[in-house]
Amino acid sequence: MDIQTDHSRSATVVTLSGDLDSRTAPEVQDAVLPLVTDGSRLIIDLSAVPYMSSAGLRTLLLVYRQAQQQHSAVVLVGLAADVRDVLDSTGFLSSFLVCDSMEEADHALSRVGLPQDGAA
Amino acid sequence: MNTGQPHLVRDRIDAFPTHQIAGYDVRPGRALPFGAVPVSGGINFSLFSGPATAVSLVLFRRGDAEPVAELPFPDEFRVGGVWSMTVFALDYDNVEYGFRVTGPEHPQLGDRFDSSRILADPYARAMSGHERWGEQPDPNLSYPYRSRLVFDDFDWDGDRPLRLPSEELVVYELHVRGFTRHPSSGVTHPGTYAALVEKIPYLRELGVNCVELMPVFEFDEFENHRWNEDGELLYNYWGYSTVDFFAPKAGYAATGPLGMQCDEFRNLIKEFHKAGIQVVLDVVFNHTAEGNERGPMINFRGLDNRTFYMLTPEGYYYNFSGTGNTLNCNNPVVRDMVLSCLRFWASEYHIDGFRFDLAAVLGRGPDGAPMANPPLLESLAYDPLLRDCLLVAEAWDAGGLYQVGSFPHYFRWSEWNGKYRDTVRSFLKGDLGQVGELATRLVGSPDLYATRGAHSSVNFISCHDGFTLADLFAYTDKHNLANGENNGDGANDNNSWNCGVEGDTDDPEILALRRRQIRNAMSLLLISQGIPMFVAGDEIGRSQSGNNNAYCHDSPLSWLDWSLQEQNADLFRFVRNLIAFRAAHPMLRSRRHPTGSIEDGGSVVSWHGTQVGRPDWSPGSRLLAMSRTGLDADGEPDHVYVATNAHWEWHDLELPELPSGLRWARFVDTTAEAPDDVASVGAEQDLDDQRSIPVGPRSVVILVARPVEPST
Repeated sequence: MDIQTDHSRSATVVTLSGDLDSRTAPEVQDAVLPLVTDGSRLIIDLSAVPYMSSAGLRTLLLVYRQAQQQHSAVVLVGLAADVRDVLDSTGFLSSFLVCDSMEEADHALSRVGLPQDGAA
Repeated sequence: MNTGQPHLVRDRIDAFPTHQIAGYDVRPGRALPFGAVPVSGGINFSLFSGPATAVSLVLFRRGDAEPVAELPFPDEFRVGGVWSMTVFALDYDNVEYGFRVTGPEHPQLGDRFDSSRILADPYARAMSGHERWGEQPDPNLSYPYRSRLVFDDFDWDGDRPLRLPSEELVVYELHVRGFTRHPSSGVTHPGTYAALVEKIPYLRELGVNCVELMPVFEFDEFENHRWNEDGELLYNYWGYSTVDFFAPKAGYAATGPLGMQCDEFRNLIKEFHKAGIQVVLDVVFNHTAEGNERGPMINFRGLDNRTFYMLTPEGYYYNFSGTGNTLNCNNPVVRDMVLSCLRFWASEYHIDGFRFDLAAVLGRGPDGAPMANPPLLESLAYDPLLRDCLLVAEAWDAGGLYQVGSFPHYFRWSEWNGKYRDTVRSFLKGDLGQVGELATRLVGSPDLYATRGAHSSVNFISCHDGFTLADLFAYTDKHNLANGENNGDGANDNNSWNCGVEGDTDDPEILALRRRQIRNAMSLLLISQGIPMFVAGDEIGRSQSGNNNAYCHDSPLSWLDWSLQEQNADLFRFVRNLIAFRAAHPMLRSRRHPTGSIEDGGSVVSWHGTQVGRPDWSPGSRLLAMSRTGLDADGEPDHVYVATNAHWEWHDLELPELPSGLRWARFVDTTAEAPDDVASVGAEQDLDDQRSIPVGPRSVVILVARPVEPST
């Protein structure tokens, strides 16, 4: 598993490459969870993740739940068709903001209002 | 001292190994709960076996034929007959496990230990080895039914069991695979839990609020598989033969090959609940998939055969289930397993209720004799965790015990009312001498359930077992040749009638009569007190070509053909409106049988024939009418009149007089062709003649009192 982090945009972008399963889930969790801080914006690029196991999926859910606690926002980008299908069949897809491209993700994040923004 | 930060227990002093066995870090486990559950740093394995002398935990890498390690339980890891061990740092996704159990080997005393075999964990939360429906694993595998580890966390989003009062239910019985497997279903993953989610809008439109899922505990569709004369592979398709009581069937999950069947099934339940639909599981505790002494050794047989099965004095298997063995469910250990299992599904999967297959077996003692006060049934009735669950008994078994109306109920159990089915079928086909009993069945069978309430009666005319509703009126005889048993299997006492020609016909009169009979049946079912149930597809006229025992067909014969939805849209509308009518008239679904007064929320029933108040109870009668008076949802008096004529002639029926300001309006007349066969609820058509109504041959008429329209 290769994990790249890019802070050069308005949102932090984490790019994962490789299978996300019980072997790689701990390192992904260790790398991503610290990025979810109060009010942070995070894009997780999964376009190079061909396979996600039950453990991998739970890592993403953990990140998502942490984001909720911290009033921050996470967007998944570039889901492979198989991965998306698994998320859909298990109902987890509805837990995430999912976008097809980085531009769409930026746009989606710009519309996610923090409570003080007064946005609905 | 308050530091402002709550003290959180993040580490435990037992989160470290004490031993190393076969290269794995381990420590003595916790005896309870049984099965494999995640604990701090590892997995806790716990297994019960009373007489075992040695037990090993056998670990496999996922899919490998041979084990990767075998860890004998040290004697100090045993408490009583329970062997437990915590194993650290296991790869959750990729481990399969089983047990090797050594014990006394004397079959004549009932022991069948075999230390050459690897046994599945009877409490395993998931099973692998059969995760793709219809793909048979290598039959030479030494360990074919493999226990798996699963994550037991799930994001329920605030979901909880719906706790609908049981008398409010309309139950829809369905087979998870058969419901969406047909190419016409238009779903992404046919035959799966995920596909069922896509069909929830259909069920909402129909108006049912409870689905009863035919067995979803792990079973092996290849059990007793064979080919019929046409070369068709026959399966254990229905699945009434459990391999693992704690695991949802992986072959029903689109994500089963990824081991995510538990998540997918939980999501299905969550989605059903969001739609206001309860989920009841059809559970099979009367026997297991291990069969008799010639059957496979999967789990219980090699763990503690004498405890788990009812055995003859010679050590052979009693067969009250008709399938080879009988689970010894009133043994305290087995009872505990059954109770744990149901508590698990109710709490971990938010299941709303259970229907118990051949439940009369659950009232038999270890020697097979029916017990007066069966501890298992009592335990389930009083269990606090199951308090809000519907408990429904199929109150008979294959050993000749028939307990409809007499099942040990503890004022808690409901029953599949087989007498309801038999009476309504006999009456509709025109049998004589049915009118008196029909009357009793329409008002919730007070002869059987007076002390328990009408909701104790699950009324049904069709279910998975037997003819579909459409076939009930198209076939006089069963046509089970495709089952490969020379038409010898399946029930013979069907009380069915083909309306003139056996099977397919293009005779318009016969087809019209069949349409009418289906509507008659649905009408009576949905105005009867008790919990109505029908089998998936009856609302759109599904046929099984006269096969009344399609348990072995994974084919279009047993799948729901969704093109019927368009073809029989008028029947769908008829059933949908009937369900809405039932919802609009609380007295029809009250748990109180008619009380003779509408005071205090009670209801009144009056019986009629061609003359008001003069029902014909004579043996030659085929006509019955009733009027019901009760209170509607606003507490106002509500009047419904139902006439059913199983005779082949028209009859004019005198109508009961309504209080002033009310007039009879027609909701259903099955003599009329669609769309005039049924009105929308609230748009029932005022009758010109308020004194009498003609009731056609073999038909049902339903009227409702409506306020007089102010004259303009």
